[in-house]
Amino acid sequence: MVDAATRKTLSNIPLLKTKAGPRDKDLWPSRLKEEYQSLIQYVNNNKESDNDWFRLESNKDGTRWFGKCWHVHELLKYEFEIEFDIPVTYPQTAPEIAIPELDGKTAKMYRGGKICLTDHFKPLWAKNVPKFGIGHAMALGLGPWLAVEIPDLISKGLVLYKEKEENGASK
Amino acid sequence: MATVDELKERIAQLEVELAKEREKTGGNVAGARKKIDQMSSEVVDSNPYSRLMALKRMGIVDNYERIRDFTVAVVGVGGVGSVTAEMLTRCGIGKLLLFDYDKVELANMNRLFFQPYQAGMSKVQAAEKTLRDINPDVQFETHNYNITTVDNFQHFMDRISHGNLKGDGSVDLVLSCVDNFEARMAINTACNELEQNWIESGVSENAVSGHIQLIKPGETACFACAPPLVVAENIDEKTLKREGVCAASLPTTMGVVAGLLVQNTLKYLLGFGSVTHYLGYSALQDFFPTMSMKPNPACDDSFCGKRQEEFQRKEALRPKTVEVVKEEEIVHESNDWGISLVDESSVDDLKTQPAPELASGLSYAYDKPDETTKDSDEVVADTDQSLDELMAQMKSL
Repeated sequence: MVDAATRKTLSNIPLLKTKAGPRDKDLWPSRLKEEYQSLIQYVNNNKESDNDWFRLESNKDGTRWFGKCWHVHELLKYEFEIEFDIPVTYPQTAPEIAIPELDGKTAKMYRGGKICLTDHFKPLWAKNVPKFGIGHAMALGLGPWLAVEIPDLISKGLVLYKEKEENGASK
Repeated sequence: MATVDELKERIAQLEVELAKEREKTGGNVAGARKKIDQMSSEVVDSNPYSRLMALKRMGIVDNYERIRDFTVAVVGVGGVGSVTAEMLTRCGIGKLLLFDYDKVELANMNRLFFQPYQAGMSKVQAAEKTLRDINPDVQFETHNYNITTVDNFQHFMDRISHGNLKGDGSVDLVLSCVDNFEARMAINTACNELEQNWIESGVSENAVSGHIQLIKPGETACFACAPPLVVAENIDEKTLKREGVCAASLPTTMGVVAGLLVQNTLKYLLGFGSVTHYLGYSALQDFFPTMSMKPNPACDDSFCGKRQEEFQRKEALRPKTVEVVKEEEIVHESNDWGISLVDESSVDDLKTQPAPELASGLSYAYDKPDETTKDSDEVVADTDQSLDELMAQMKSL
């Protein structure tokens, strides 16, 4: 059902336990803690394997997330701001990750810069409710999207390499 | 930079212009009509309801005027929703609630209803203006927001449960004309909680099939009871090019689906004909599968389960009229060879939950159980850290 590469990605991200969305006042805090734990470990694993590719943080309620993701293409690092809301039907429906700055540049996007996920992702998510969390949406949704779309956008000249700001906001 | 005074002056100037413009178009100018208190069945050129009231005379609908007592919420005012709203407006519906967070774009012009000059306006606002001109008897309530976010969802539920004509009760029917799974699930959640009947509609991303589905919480399958249904199109998925696009759309398919949706709505509200539970449409084959689906006792939505129990309790109380069909027992006089009938289904066949029966030509978008993740996979460990600590840790990475 799932190819070896996907399974390998999955093994880096701990699964979640609590089935709760932002409207479940009692259980949502536990779910949110699990989301953070899972994300922290995923990011740490990425760093260890020299494949650090995103940062995320949320508002206090954990209903709105924002951060950055990076994509390396021909030795240049491209950075994009990402954002998404946790829908009321979460985790039954996956978060809709958006890259607003790319809105209008590719047809593989819905309004507001929401990335168009493959036919593969949503069924995969639906089959793994509630075990999949934000980390899985990043790894199986955003990751493959960037890998396909960014090189294409660069080749079309729609995404340009930005030198680091003068003050050296180095990461 | 203009000074505050300059800006104030400019605002005053624009307000005068706006008032003039309103005077020109508002009120009773030629073209727009006055409100009509009572629907008349008089057949004259000036009566916008004469052909609708004729349905009564022809014995199709008992009491067409009742249409004015009904309130319908249309969620999603795009290719299907805008046409749906226009049809209901022309039919003289009592009140329409419109929900959408999108703006009109030139890329929408391959669909019906919206016009190029409306580009940039919010869809609900543009729709309300056009619809009011078509039929000033209809009441409108518009909401320009995304229903799936936590902040807006509560307000959405509140308007569904209090948005009728008098403002003291729920709307009569919710029509889902949205274009994504998340919004459908949000409507499903709201309607299961509120015990609100609704009709889901959809057009496939390749624009050549569509469906409508009536959902009565507890009585028919809800949207979360089973994976989404797919109408067979007999296209090999591999030959279907998805390169570089998310979705195609055709005004024809959207118009057909909007027509099916409003037809079913009229039959449901006015009580004529038979109301369909599911009707699919495949444009390539001219194929219209139809069926009924029972709710799934193991549905993920807890409110669906609750509604199912309530419905079964109600059904049990209803006096039963069971028709007993006597089947004649077949007696074989002799069976020298000891032949007997054996059930063909093996133990393995019965392992998975039997899916609700689907009409031929329909299938699920995917099978539910899956081996993607194994029980042995790593699960987050229990932690003593507080949420704040975790948030701080994440930030410091």
